[in-house]
Amino acid sequence: MTLKEFIDKLLGRQAASASTAKQRLQLVLAHDRSDLNPELLDQMRREILEVVARYVEIDLEEGDVSLETEDRVTALVANLPIRRAVTQPSSGGTL
Amino acid sequence: MSTTRIILICSGKGGVGKTTTTANLGIALARQGAKTVVLDADFGLRNLDLLLGLENRIVYTAQEVLAETCRLEQALVKHKQEPNLALLPAGNPRMLEWLTPKDMQSIVALLEQQFDYVLIDCPAGIEDGFKNAAAAAREAVVVTTPEVAAVRDADRVIGLLNTQGVTPVQLVLNRVRPKMMSNQEMLSVDDVTDILALPLLGLVFEDEQVIVSTNRGEPLTLNDAASPAAQAYNNIARRLQGEDIPLMDPSKARRGLRARMRNLMQTRIF
Repeated sequence: MTLKEFIDKLLGRQAASASTAKQRLQLVLAHDRSDLNPELLDQMRREILEVVARYVEIDLEEGDVSLETEDRVTALVANLPIRRAVTQPSSGGTL
Repeated sequence: MSTTRIILICSGKGGVGKTTTTANLGIALARQGAKTVVLDADFGLRNLDLLLGLENRIVYTAQEVLAETCRLEQALVKHKQEPNLALLPAGNPRMLEWLTPKDMQSIVALLEQQFDYVLIDCPAGIEDGFKNAAAAAREAVVVTTPEVAAVRDADRVIGLLNTQGVTPVQLVLNRVRPKMMSNQEMLSVDDVTDILALPLLGLVFEDEQVIVSTNRGEPLTLNDAASPAAQAYNNIARRLQGEDIPLMDPSKARRGLRARMRNLMQTRIF
């Protein structure tokens, strides 16, 4: 945090717009580059969670699947907190 | 393969300074002694002739050369003050359908026999016009500004250039406003190069003289103008030629008490 950002925060002023621009760009480019719109990403997220849930009990509320980009390489990053392993993995895929 | 440098100047988004960059780099390279041709691939909405002050001297275009109704020498428009520079319009606005990637390759094959540099001024967009213009390019300069829409569109173009195997692809960051950058109200140089992951070929500061020069049809690099943009374009041309010239630092563009105050405000405190 810079001195200006700190003072802006103290005074309750809106932060400078460059960092907002960068964040918005990074997000939109991750989608552009992977050709995944938010809807498709959400569908993929649900399906990934379904598959993982067959093997371990996960916290569906806390689970997060997102796209991250660095150096023109986009990665699918999944952060899925595991509560405990499911003792008998169900093979049929029904939840 | 010849040693001719065939460089596509592109941006994706319109209005970020492709044509201005092409005109100024063309003149700068020519003044540095390189035989240079600028090829206006944006033949539907061509403007390179206007920026170079050559709009009244175009008789033929590359189309007539390929149709063999004229010789290449007849179609090339030589710049009077800078005879090392020639302009070749790809076509005229009435002929919208003829240009294909193959046509582009044939034209460039003719040009590379007599020039050191072929600068291709690419149309905006990423459709057929872009694909045609890119077909013959060996390397590319992507022009963008520190604005979200321009950076996003540049990213699309870079993706396409990568799949076409055009390399190297270098970045020119145009219309930089040092004051807004130091107030963090504009994407910084590092922000843009981080996001696009391209080597930076040059920075061009916002400069009113650019508008004056386009009014006159005399690119800034034509005279030894001391304006910041003229210096920036001359430096970019030298870097293209392989010279090692340090980049301008936007935070040093402004001096005095207010600038120092601003720098203090940007100090990282935690």
